[in-house]
Amino acid sequence: MQVPTMADMMAKGENPDILFWVGCSGSFDDRAKKITKALVKILNNCQVSFAVLGSEESCTGDPAKRAGNEFTYQMQAMMNIEVLNAYEIKKIVTACPHCFNTLKNEYPELGGDYEVIHHTQMIQDLINRGKLGLEESGSFKGKKITFHDPCYLGRANDVYEAPRQLIEKLDAELVEMKRCRTKGLCCGAGGAQMFKEAEKGNKEINIERTEDAIETAAEVIATGCPFCNTMMTDGIKNAEKEGTVKVLDIAELIANAAEL
Amino acid sequence: MNISILFFCIIASLGVAFFSYNIWKIRYNINLGLALERKDQKRKRLKTMILVAFGQKKMFSRPIPAILHLCLYVAFVITQVELLEIFADGILNEHRLFKSSLGGFYTFTISFIEILSVLAFIATIAFLARRNLLKLPRLNMKEMIGWPTKDANLILIFELILLVCIFTMNGTDEVLFQRGASHFSEGTTGSFGFSVSSLIGPLLFDGFSTHALHIAERIGWWGHLFMVLGFLNYLPYSKHFHILLAFPNTYYSNLDKKGKFTNMDSVTSEVKLMMDPTADPYAAPDPNAPPPSRFGAKDVTDLTWKNLMDAYTCTECGRCTSSCPANITGKLLSPRKIMMDTRDRLVEIGENKRKNGKDFDDGKSLLGDYISEEELWACTSCNACVDECPVNIDPLSIIVDLRRFLVMEESKVPSELTGMLTNIENNGAPWQFSQNDRLNWANEE
Repeated sequence: MQVPTMADMMAKGENPDILFWVGCSGSFDDRAKKITKALVKILNNCQVSFAVLGSEESCTGDPAKRAGNEFTYQMQAMMNIEVLNAYEIKKIVTACPHCFNTLKNEYPELGGDYEVIHHTQMIQDLINRGKLGLEESGSFKGKKITFHDPCYLGRANDVYEAPRQLIEKLDAELVEMKRCRTKGLCCGAGGAQMFKEAEKGNKEINIERTEDAIETAAEVIATGCPFCNTMMTDGIKNAEKEGTVKVLDIAELIANAAEL
Repeated sequence: MNISILFFCIIASLGVAFFSYNIWKIRYNINLGLALERKDQKRKRLKTMILVAFGQKKMFSRPIPAILHLCLYVAFVITQVELLEIFADGILNEHRLFKSSLGGFYTFTISFIEILSVLAFIATIAFLARRNLLKLPRLNMKEMIGWPTKDANLILIFELILLVCIFTMNGTDEVLFQRGASHFSEGTTGSFGFSVSSLIGPLLFDGFSTHALHIAERIGWWGHLFMVLGFLNYLPYSKHFHILLAFPNTYYSNLDKKGKFTNMDSVTSEVKLMMDPTADPYAAPDPNAPPPSRFGAKDVTDLTWKNLMDAYTCTECGRCTSSCPANITGKLLSPRKIMMDTRDRLVEIGENKRKNGKDFDDGKSLLGDYISEEELWACTSCNACVDECPVNIDPLSIIVDLRRFLVMEESKVPSELTGMLTNIENNGAPWQFSQNDRLNWANEE
């Protein structure tokens, strides 16, 4: 798979239009790597001039900050900002709402000012500009798809429309869960919960949320966050619905529909 | 001087003075919080206040309580006109001072107040039923047991008595006017023509003697005044203070994206020093530098004044808790309890400081004595509580500040998170993967 790094680009004296911030999940988690690859396919297909940082990328520090460790967060942030500023990065796309939120909202105060967009916003823009066509596709036509709002994309940053408009571009039937958009229920992974056992309770949050999704009778649960993807996939397994309900990222849906 | 004028002035002055003293105490308590700049973007702030507090925008995501609440709210605001007249009449020993000068507009205004009062009466009964008969889950959770439930019911009962006073006052005066005995114009008979009291007045009070009617009318009038002054002075002790603080609290809302957590500048300077190759590690500290502040919050005085204003603004409706994913799934965390605890602790600290001097320490703290670690670690930082609050309270920022203290000052971190943090420090990812392998996915099938 052709993935240019910033270091390669610089050696060739080139400067890409946009940096793809892959994130830790997108780099290391087997499920999330598929999302990363789907997005790269889309970017390559649309001939977007992009690059990744590769081994120069490091955790944004988001989980450290949410866990209350501002030291670890700021160490990470400042190291990343040094790298990003050295490459004179202006624009960043990422498939992880946690990276998106931290880069967009929390880096500016530490000297990292970039235009940061979520991959659903970028794909929507590519389709709107006619760079990516889905006419031939029919793989999701008429299928019921529900969208789970990632907290750090929706409530945290008010992005609700881009992923939904993409689902509609698939000719699919968008069905909403009873708790959606500003009232969307968390998958249970935010605030560093992804990396610990839940506190004592009577139910796992991801199971509660998966029940919302199953109630819609959707065949696909679409997400826009690697953590949500993990939590919803686990929820579907727990409900023994793997055969009938798929959990897919918006990038995967689009790449699939565009037959990439 | 007329004895009734004297009595009125004493009662009203005492009521207003005691209220002012309590407001001063609350102001003092809120100012115990840390500084925070919230004076920028005045237009946007004003707009937020008009939409959210004045316009009740966020209430309408739950239409039934929103409509009931709207009835009470509008009735409360409009009734202030009648209250104004009561004060004018009381001081000048007049009777319905505004009627002669306002004429038809007076009839219209009081009629409007009466219709809204009927709606408010129905809404109050409905609210009592929702709390005590239907037992709505969010109004009957653990943290509501005891005083909070009594407080809520007491306010509703206050409101019922107040409304009964208004209708007694207007209803008896109507019958008196019909008999030519109203103090408004003795000797002439007529009707005030108010929408509700001109109908129910004769229905309820026709059998009363004129003397009894005069007494009942005064009971209504003085009762109204006593209820208003009592209510005013009850407010500072009650969760009902939101009727005043909702306005400043929404004006000073956080206008940033909800996902943005505050940057800790004290940490920034230390991290910069660590990363600066020219920094002298043995340099003597700047003698003029302020004493190092605590990282995060252990007690309410480590929170910002806005967090503390939030606590006084909270009316314990529980929308936050009913939308909290942790609470929904049976965890200990309740964002409403975070706000209630913050207020209770602040009241306690304020009393202590006023009694025993500014530096008094009772050995207690918000973290530990009021809020437990288990509650804090259940939060997913999803912002549902922040989004739900009809008066823009932010429980999440308190949770995060308490977490910061736990982690940075006391190293009390759940063990799995210690692993995650170590991994980030060692290899730049929350899991144990080498940074050099970050691009391996590109070569995998």
